[in-house]
Amino acid sequence: MSKQDHAALADEFNKDEPRVDWHDKTLWFVREKRDKAAQKVPEWEWLRDTASKIKDNVLSNLSEYLTLFEEQATRNGIVVHWAADAKEHNEIVYGLLQRHKIDMMVKSKSMLTEECHLNEFLKEKGLDVVDTDLGERVVQLAGEPPSHIVLPCIHKKKEEIGEIFHEHLGTPAGNADPQFLTHAARLHLREKFLTRRAALTGVNFAIAETGEFVVCTNEGNADMGAHLAEIHIACMGIEKLIPQRKHLGVFLRLLTRSATGQPITTYSSHFKRPRPGQEMHIVIVDNGRSIQLGRKDFRNSLKCIRCAACFNTCPVYRRSGGHSYHTAVAGPIGSILSPNLDMKQYSDLPFASTLCGSCSNVCPVKIDIHEQLYRWRQVIVQEGYAPAGKKLAMKTMNWVLSNPSVYHTAGKAGRFFMLNAPFTVNNRLNPWWKGRDMPEVPKESFGQWYKKNRK
Amino acid sequence: MRVGLFIPCYVDQLYPQVAIATLNLLEKYGCDVDYPADQTCCGQPMANSGFEHLTQGCNDLFIKNFAGYDYIVCPSGSCTLHIKDHLHGSHGQEAADPAMGIRKKIYELVEFLTDILKVENIEASFPHKVGLHQSCHGQRGLKLAQMSELMAPPFSKPEKLLKMVKGIQLIDLARKDECCGFGGTFCVAEEAVSVKMGKDRVADHLHHGAEYITGADMSCLMHMEGILRRQKSTVQVKHIAEILDSKE
Repeated sequence: MSKQDHAALADEFNKDEPRVDWHDKTLWFVREKRDKAAQKVPEWEWLRDTASKIKDNVLSNLSEYLTLFEEQATRNGIVVHWAADAKEHNEIVYGLLQRHKIDMMVKSKSMLTEECHLNEFLKEKGLDVVDTDLGERVVQLAGEPPSHIVLPCIHKKKEEIGEIFHEHLGTPAGNADPQFLTHAARLHLREKFLTRRAALTGVNFAIAETGEFVVCTNEGNADMGAHLAEIHIACMGIEKLIPQRKHLGVFLRLLTRSATGQPITTYSSHFKRPRPGQEMHIVIVDNGRSIQLGRKDFRNSLKCIRCAACFNTCPVYRRSGGHSYHTAVAGPIGSILSPNLDMKQYSDLPFASTLCGSCSNVCPVKIDIHEQLYRWRQVIVQEGYAPAGKKLAMKTMNWVLSNPSVYHTAGKAGRFFMLNAPFTVNNRLNPWWKGRDMPEVPKESFGQWYKKNRK
Repeated sequence: MRVGLFIPCYVDQLYPQVAIATLNLLEKYGCDVDYPADQTCCGQPMANSGFEHLTQGCNDLFIKNFAGYDYIVCPSGSCTLHIKDHLHGSHGQEAADPAMGIRKKIYELVEFLTDILKVENIEASFPHKVGLHQSCHGQRGLKLAQMSELMAPPFSKPEKLLKMVKGIQLIDLARKDECCGFGGTFCVAEEAVSVKMGKDRVADHLHHGAEYITGADMSCLMHMEGILRRQKSTVQVKHIAEILDSKE
């Protein structure tokens, strides 16, 4: 596990309660926007069901669809690259830039490149990468990772963004007017778009039948980058495929309604072939996905279309912040994807949930997220990543609860819980007592009452 | 019908009045109720912590205690759901496993009253303003009420029963089915978030004028009670069985 686990980082986040309230309300507002948008679609649940089944088909025939996609894309004049892991992905991108003697690139939002830590890799090689999504640019300037996969700087208040822009873009100190700051970012980014020769984008959907890919943005930054650059590199995980163009409608209708409550993203751009004189590359990345595909309990997680609806609805995410998950993809979906990448480092994440199940209900592709969280807990303990103290406590608890005589001779009512349950011990070392009072212990247990009154 | 009463361990030890109210209700509606004395726990605290492999002792005990009844009724959505989803016998013989029969005949109290006993009339009065907490496992797991995330017609089994109680005033909530943050061992493992979730849930009830917070899971109520008492609030928690069995 990393230095601090989710609980410790969440504890830190909760030291500023008004900020937690603000974070919670901001994201709950997005969840409510999602509800309103979904309510307007009478066939919403049918769409979710259909999307889920299309993805079932994709996952069951992935190699065929990948091969078909490669054939079609190549026919269209796109160069297809295959990367087994993050390292290969980064090296392929670096190699392409080197070949063109390019040392500056614009990038639109791609969670895959966050997962692969591409920015850090290229920076070490002396290359300059500018994130052009406004929220991503904000966190990039702040030297932080995104805290949310759709709203990367949702943890920042506008005043803080004003300060960051003052420091890095020279805007006047104390100016936190969103329109003013956006205009400043626009001028700053325009210069980058015009001067960068390479553009990297993510991929929302890759269509096997046609060899084209679709990129969804609200700011048009992917298009600005790709249309102006000599070389367009698109990076995608192997799971981004859909079989046919006609299936796109199902996903586009679900994606943005689930994400932000908009009917559709402002731009849903189809890229099919390079324009004359341009090079277009696709890097198809595995990075643990085929391992996850082989885990029958967890393969459904690969259906994810990265809408982040599960983040916005998650009562834990809203009150712990994205950085407490210490991984590229946070929230409930990140908690079932990350242990596949590194079980030890992310062994805490499946426990960062009350298993309330709201995530599974908002998921537009019906991933059984909270059930997978439960199953990951079992795997993590079986693989030996549970803390020793917890193991001992569980064994003791199990011994008492498996033996009625032990349970009963533990004494009068409440004695067992006084000794074993954390919520009944009144001292400062007890995490229950820190924020809550203990239940009162009654004179007799129900078992004792029943013996006197019914038998 | 012979009903086996399953009382979760923490209810047995800390909230006997909830078990008594449950027993009263079932007897009032003509059930032949028996409480097997050797019962302990469904095993959920271990299983949700990743130690499901340790719970066979609890499973075997549960099967021994309850296999013989027509129905098993429990005043907790969470414990009921755990048995429904995870109870299994020792030998892994799916077809002959008595656990599979138990999974089908265990009911949470509210659903037993509405779906099996088909209660349409309750002799109870509780003249107070009451906030209903929809516990997640009962609601999203057992589907005791429609979930706010789904685009589907509304219904609520606990609300239907509570509305039969004389004098009761059910309050509205801003977030009608947000989790309270108890979450089993989550309540201590993720103490900060758990307490914050509990405070926010309680605040929603207080803001809307609740005098009592009720629900079908005592664990959520125990968590919220801890927060209310810490805040020196006069608002109390009451399990739904206590209100349905109330004569004020």
